Amino acid sequence: MKMAEAGESIKPLFAGLTDISISEDIPVEGDISVPVGSQNADNDFSTLDEPVKDTILRDLRAVGQKFVHVMYPKKSSALLRDWDLWGPLLLCVTLALMLQGGSADSEDESRPQFAEVFVIIWFGSVIITLNSKLLGGTISFFQSLCVLGYCILPLTVAMIVCRIVLLGGVGPVSFAIRLIIVTASFSWSTFASTAFLADSQPANRKALVVYPVFLFYFVIGWMILTFSPSH
Amino acid sequence: MSTPQGSKNTNAEPWGAFDDNVIQGSGSAVIDMENMDDTSGSSFEDVGEMHQRLREEEEVTAEAAATEEDTGEDGEFLGMKGLKGQLGRQVADEVWQAGKRQASKAFNLYANIDILRPYFDVEPIQVRNRLVESLIPVRMINFPQKVAGELYGPMMLVFTLVAILLHGMKTSGTVIREGTLMGTAIGTCFGYWMGVSSFVYFLAYLCNAQITMLQMLSLLGYGLFGHCMVLFITYNVHFHSLFYLLWLLIGGLSTLRMVAVLISRTVGQTPRLILCGSLTALHMLFLLYLHFAYHKMVEGILDTLEGPNVPPFQRVARDVPAVSNAIMNATMKSIAAIVQS
Repeated sequence: MKMAEAGESIKPLFAGLTDISISEDIPVEGDISVPVGSQNADNDFSTLDEPVKDTILRDLRAVGQKFVHVMYPKKSSALLRDWDLWGPLLLCVTLALMLQGGSADSEDESRPQFAEVFVIIWFGSVIITLNSKLLGGTISFFQSLCVLGYCILPLTVAMIVCRIVLLGGVGPVSFAIRLIIVTASFSWSTFASTAFLADSQPANRKALVVYPVFLFYFVIGWMILTFSPSH
Repeated sequence: MSTPQGSKNTNAEPWGAFDDNVIQGSGSAVIDMENMDDTSGSSFEDVGEMHQRLREEEEVTAEAAATEEDTGEDGEFLGMKGLKGQLGRQVADEVWQAGKRQASKAFNLYANIDILRPYFDVEPIQVRNRLVESLIPVRMINFPQKVAGELYGPMMLVFTLVAILLHGMKTSGTVIREGTLMGTAIGTCFGYWMGVSSFVYFLAYLCNAQITMLQMLSLLGYGLFGHCMVLFITYNVHFHSLFYLLWLLIGGLSTLRMVAVLISRTVGQTPRLILCGSLTALHMLFLLYLHFAYHKMVEGILDTLEGPNVPPFQRVARDVPAVSNAIMNATMKSIAAIVQS
């Protein structure tokens, strides 16, 4: 101990800990083995060997869980923590397929083409993300894309419902029903996405970030509302 | 406090992580600025050398340890395979980090959105004030008026105008053949904002006006607020007289404001005239165009089919062949009637 104390002044920090001595009458026994890191690494790489069904099911389950988060927006950070872009892609493709029109010759009203809807959704999301980052947001680029994409879910559901309503005929009643449905789902989308996005902004600038989101979902909702089927 | 040369017991990894003192070869806490340059220790070549050196050192010690122990079980910490595997993974991780650092450096240099950050530094109350001010012409034109250089308000106004235009195009039943509805709307609005800003900035440069491109973009962007309001009202309420009234009133006010700001920043009668005349013409005519190009006027089509005396502004942007066929038929009929009489 004396030597240790004398040595402490010239030895580097924590060197004194190596000099701890244990008295002989307490038996100390056991196995000092460091847990090998290779076991973890095997787990990391083993997803390559699993069957494709497992991979797809796992991803689908993650996407489904995020859908639930969007439909019941609470203050959870699951959407932000494990972001993925599968869900937005699925929703975007579904919406674009349902909204697309045929060639311009066949009908009087021109419906948006598949590419148009796709481009609107993705470029709209990119612009909103850039805007929120420029205003001083703390959320990352892909997290924001993920949130905006997932919050299109209520509008997709509204699209399906509108299509069903349109099977019953095109008239003022059906228009009123569709208007109510689309308005409700558009406000739901805006509310859900602001629940996730607004937290990352400084408090006094929330309105500046919410307005483009409102406009974005408004345009998509308007596209859904003015959709009319071909005969 | 200085650590002796080569002692690595303050580092995280057993083989020594990439601390600055390892890279720069000194163990002191005082960094020698003489040796500090950007690429030292962070370029791939340096990192590669470091890996090679450390790996060789570790392999030498591992070999020495392995020859001492005959029972080298697979996967044990000091075994050859375990050590190499673990070291390999750590090295790969560090290589990835170094690569990421390089890529993010390049990205920050060339694709830096932070260049635009100061132009978006606004509060909601400021945006609201500027929106209201864009309809109030200033009185003092003897000294230069202040123009806010921000881009948030103009961009949001352009997008709002796109949305309103889409609504107008849809309700008027416009059919766009070579293109899409959305593309046309975005092209029109952004084209106007950027194009007319650049044109007026060019004229301002010729006329020696004291205005920068950013200020011009901002000024014209806020001038679109009047357009948004007028179009929003008149795409839904179809009275021509109402439109003309609003065109003069609100369009005129927003144009007057822009003109007053430009006059206050220009010297000389002729330059002022040129600059303000062209801006007035472009701004007012754009509103006129937006209203009448996408205006729902079913009666206009009926008039075209029935009689030759069609008021010129009541044409709808429909398929050209259909309209021209109708006009041809009407003309042929009237010519036949004249010939026969």
